[in-house]
Amino acid sequence: MTTAVAPASGERRWARLLARWETLLLVALIGLIVLGTYLSPFFLTPGNFSNLIAALMEVAIMALPMTLIIVAGEIDLSVESMAGLASAILGFLWAAGVPLWVDIPLVLVVGALGGLLNGLLVARGGLPSLVVTLGTLALFRGLALIVLGPRGISDFPAAFTELGFGHVPGTLIPWPFVIFLALALLLGIVLHRTWIGRQVYAIGKNTGAARFSGVRVTRVKVSLFVLSGLIAALAGIILTSRLSSARADAGSGMTLTVVTVVLLGGVNIFGGSGTIPGVVLAVLAVAVMQNALRLAHVTVEVQSIALGLLLILSVVIPTFAHQAKSAIDRVRGGRPPPADSVPHGERALS
Amino acid sequence: MLKLRSFGRSIALVSVAAVVFAACSAGGSSPAPASSAPSAAATAAGSAPAGSAPAGSAAAGAPITVGYLPKDIVNQYFAAAKTGVDKAAAETGSTVTQVGPNQATAALQVPFIADLTTQKVSAIIISADGKDEVAPSLKAAMAAGIKVVGFDSSPAVGAYNVFVNQVDFSGVGVNLSDWACELAPSCTGDIAILSAAATATNQNAWIDLMKTTLATDKYKGLKLVATVYGDDDATKSTEQAQALLTKYPNLKVIVAPTTVGILAAAQVVKAAGKSDTVKVTGLGFPNDMKPFVKDGTSPVFGLWSVPDLGYLSFQVAAKLVSGEITGKEGETFTIPSLNGGKPYTIGKDSVVILGPAFRFDATNVDNFNF
Repeated sequence: MTTAVAPASGERRWARLLARWETLLLVALIGLIVLGTYLSPFFLTPGNFSNLIAALMEVAIMALPMTLIIVAGEIDLSVESMAGLASAILGFLWAAGVPLWVDIPLVLVVGALGGLLNGLLVARGGLPSLVVTLGTLALFRGLALIVLGPRGISDFPAAFTELGFGHVPGTLIPWPFVIFLALALLLGIVLHRTWIGRQVYAIGKNTGAARFSGVRVTRVKVSLFVLSGLIAALAGIILTSRLSSARADAGSGMTLTVVTVVLLGGVNIFGGSGTIPGVVLAVLAVAVMQNALRLAHVTVEVQSIALGLLLILSVVIPTFAHQAKSAIDRVRGGRPPPADSVPHGERALS
Repeated sequence: MLKLRSFGRSIALVSVAAVVFAACSAGGSSPAPASSAPSAAATAAGSAPAGSAPAGSAAAGAPITVGYLPKDIVNQYFAAAKTGVDKAAAETGSTVTQVGPNQATAALQVPFIADLTTQKVSAIIISADGKDEVAPSLKAAMAAGIKVVGFDSSPAVGAYNVFVNQVDFSGVGVNLSDWACELAPSCTGDIAILSAAATATNQNAWIDLMKTTLATDKYKGLKLVATVYGDDDATKSTEQAQALLTKYPNLKVIVAPTTVGILAAAQVVKAAGKSDTVKVTGLGFPNDMKPFVKDGTSPVFGLWSVPDLGYLSFQVAAKLVSGEITGKEGETFTIPSLNGGKPYTIGKDSVVILGPAFRFDATNVDNFNF
């Protein structure tokens, strides 16, 4: 009762804005598909959509718990190293003769424990997650290098590599995409339709208020980091399978893409708002854009410029849209501007 | 309530996206038979040379589309190799498209293979960032009728049609020993090796072969006092070279079988003013080493001709596409401008060797620009 009342009025405005952001993303996605078709005759071919999706799935999967964490006002930069550690441990155990049905659950447990470490330091220790997870970003990668060293393990059975590289029989849908969709559905329901999700939003908007309203802030935050570690380990397993090789440097550089996708999906970096469907659309948009540019032989440098611009636009557009909307509302409705607002002319210019 | 409605709306948006996505995938399935076209063409062309030589040479000279996929697109080495690829392509009016990541990471290289497969290039020329990581995608490309030629760094066996090796590996061990022997006064004294990473496959193979060679009678005056690793990092290689000079005052020769190491070693020796007593040799780029050849720090060193490596890789790709070769062990072919016009033979694991390491010294180093 108490938890629901406080954020309701604020959420109403945000919900409307976010719905619009997702519309914009959908338009962008369709635009990118049209652009891709225009840029390359190979864009709309069988297998290409399968390829473009498969290339981004580890990032996409890690983006889902990251969405919840950023909504809660925190961040987890350690995910790429956890994926690397997962790959390293999987390779080490497999090379040591431990069967995969033992290795995989064990690796997932390690992922959850790594997340628990992050969560306890952040939520119990009261430390900033940016610093804590920057630390574990280095820590987990270091552990991965100790476990596996510079070697690569690659003699995995075909059934395992099929998980990352194969398709659902009779279709061109990659297995990792199925895993991604299932997780998106699950976390989407948790975030948007359950009391847990409401608590996550409440923490992100105002941790103090949430705590006074009876939200178990520490418990929720620790759970989110455990989830993030667990899913990062899963992404590491999928990456190992897709590349049929376990390496300690697996996943390096992925965190930035994960955070980019989440922010592009309309999640507020300061917490309190954002949706899973938005992030799913952002994943598709980024995958389509990268593929279209690659097919058009646009160089990697230009690709990263395009991604950077897209991210900046994703911050700029909602800000302008929000300001424009409030200006229009005031003009049309003739309502007096809010006390903190500046006069119309200046507002429209800013 | 409102929240639920907005969530419902979001779900609807995603569903629309999914439908668009599915429609595109489904729409794409109609040209499926076309995907078998390249392999069919290759087979047709392949049967031609068996019948008549003129038909074979005509097919071999036909323009083809090739994807050139180096480890990364910022390394000079691959730019030098590409000049050779381009030269060979220009002879038949073929098209070469360079694609690749800006850092040498297998995970970043894999999507490019998938894209080249989508684009139905005739052949892919690749230096693998990780032999196993690229294998599944390359096998998929081969299944789609694309010929795969590895160069510089090999994909896993079975994930290429032919691998063009830059140099006769066993020869390099002998070459390095010979050059050290030549530079040490009367072929006697202390020598040291400055390598790349302790895990570098190529370097370790060469060092092992070099040790075997040094154990023979001819080189008994040479004493290998240390093998150090600079990780192909300029700063670290410099520090290691400095440490060698300090630790072994009687050192006569530093052997660096890596382009980064040899340059660092030559710079350190020269800066220490020891160019007369300590010599540097190994594998290096002519452009890097020219000044040190001239001032006597490094009078002799070697490498293979990187543009020739690219040239041969393209020729092999063209011959695979035309069907003149299939990549089977024992097949032979001739490239008029390479190997002194002598035929190349495809060896075990479908490997072709460009030739022995090329020796650079004061008489020829100015003729090369890479």
